[in-house]
Amino acid sequence: LFFSFFKSLIGKEVIVELKNDLEIKGTLHSVDQFLNIKLNNITVIDEEKYPHLMAVSNCFVRGSVVRYVQVPAEFTDLELLHDSSRIEARQQKKV
Amino acid sequence: MADTEEPLDLIRLSLDEYIYVKCRNGRELYGKLHAFDQHLNIILGDTEETITKYEFDEDTGEEFINSTKRKIPMLFVRGDVVILISPPLRTG
Repeated sequence: LFFSFFKSLIGKEVIVELKNDLEIKGTLHSVDQFLNIKLNNITVIDEEKYPHLMAVSNCFVRGSVVRYVQVPAEFTDLELLHDSSRIEARQQKKV
Repeated sequence: MADTEEPLDLIRLSLDEYIYVKCRNGRELYGKLHAFDQHLNIILGDTEETITKYEFDEDTGEEFINSTKRKIPMLFVRGDVVILISPPLRTG
């Protein structure tokens, strides 16, 4: 479910907050089944938390270190999310 | 009549409703549940996040420093930080 959710956001700008409190804003380049994330054109939010990676414009983030991903509200289809969640829950119950 | 409803079914009943999510590291979220899966990955709309920092005082015991962050538009929360999910807490 969330894999396809993120695939629908490829090309959009998101902010990834990691478990070590780093916040990275970037354009979602790709995602995989583990929700590992590749970001292009990254900029930092809050210089104090950020160990300077000025040389880096693209990065790969392992899915397990992500705490949150802030996504733009206008690109999310709420009806689709609601319906997909109901179907997911029902599928898990049958398994 | 709830016929062998699993916890995930109970969460499903809260879709498109406001919920309270308690997360690791003293974080709490109030937001509208838009999506979830069996890992408890969650999409929360219109979210308010509260981070509660503790200051330890040797004499009296624990003391609180409370800080609130707010993330409004749309937030994906990874399932492994979620501790519990509940309808919003009401006083009383």
